[in-house]
Amino acid sequence: MQAEILTAMDQALTRELIESVARRVIDHAGELTTLDQAIGDGDHGVNMKRGFEAVLADLDTHAAKPLPEALKSVGMALVMKVGGASGPLYGTLFMTLGKTLPAEPGRDDVAASLAAAIDAVKARGKSDVGQKTMLDVLAPVHVALVEGRDPVAAANEAADATVPMKALRGRASFLGERSIGHMDPGARSSALMVGAITEVIGRQA
Amino acid sequence: MSGSGNVGIVVVSHSADIARGTADMVRQMVGDEVPLAFCGGDPDGGLGTNVESIMAAIDAAWSDRGVAILVDLGGAETNSEMAIELQPEERQGRIVVCNAPIVEGAVMAATEASGGASLEDVKRTAEELSPS
Repeated sequence: MQAEILTAMDQALTRELIESVARRVIDHAGELTTLDQAIGDGDHGVNMKRGFEAVLADLDTHAAKPLPEALKSVGMALVMKVGGASGPLYGTLFMTLGKTLPAEPGRDDVAASLAAAIDAVKARGKSDVGQKTMLDVLAPVHVALVEGRDPVAAANEAADATVPMKALRGRASFLGERSIGHMDPGARSSALMVGAITEVIGRQA
Repeated sequence: MSGSGNVGIVVVSHSADIARGTADMVRQMVGDEVPLAFCGGDPDGGLGTNVESIMAAIDAAWSDRGVAILVDLGGAETNSEMAIELQPEERQGRIVVCNAPIVEGAVMAATEASGGASLEDVKRTAEELSPS
């Protein structure tokens, strides 16, 4: 009986996590598109919205799974539905979190899993920190988790810190020096997700 | 099935028109001698690329000799690499993304493939077009 109650609570939390991340991204689709129009092909918002709408359409299916399996199936939905490079990049992020997180993770587990996911995203995008990408938010968030600092503040500061960077990967790199002065859209979408996840976890405490 | 003994060619562009046009140019050069498939556009039909269509194109152009993929911009490459990873085990190692201009690369790769060349030779021929 105790185990059943625990399972029901886990499912509710998994559902809330997925739904909050999806809604946060969808609600900011316009902003992400505007950022991407400045230095890219302007499709980041619409692509991410399409992907997370597909995730919400199957929310019952995702949320019925244990957290690691749910993250894998969300990742696969993003791979299939987002389009653009963001699909494989965010899909790889979520799928790797699913592969490496235990069913009931603590903060250390999350930090270790995020480190593995960051490495997977680097490999997928043939990119690294400092190139004005989502990695420039994910890496500082990992450091904040390890050091016990607020991951949301770290994410938002890191997204702001992409503004003066010169893009070295993706469509924005075609602009060279002209990519300087704009926030990276992928950094912003990553920060939005970190914010949504942290709020849900915070309400549990 | 004609052409099934040769390496297959897949064209992946952000634009459905460019993908189709590139495939037309390949067909003009090699006819039905190579398995050929193309895809372009995001899941809603706008400009972009998506893994589902690339996987379908790999199926359509599949050859036991392997498949060479020609792409235009970054997202096409990233999505193609993802599509390759999602292929069944027995196909792993027999699908490559060529680092070459999409139109010239596709025509050169297909011409090489039509002579019965290996996947490695097809890729190398397409990539000779890339600035080193």
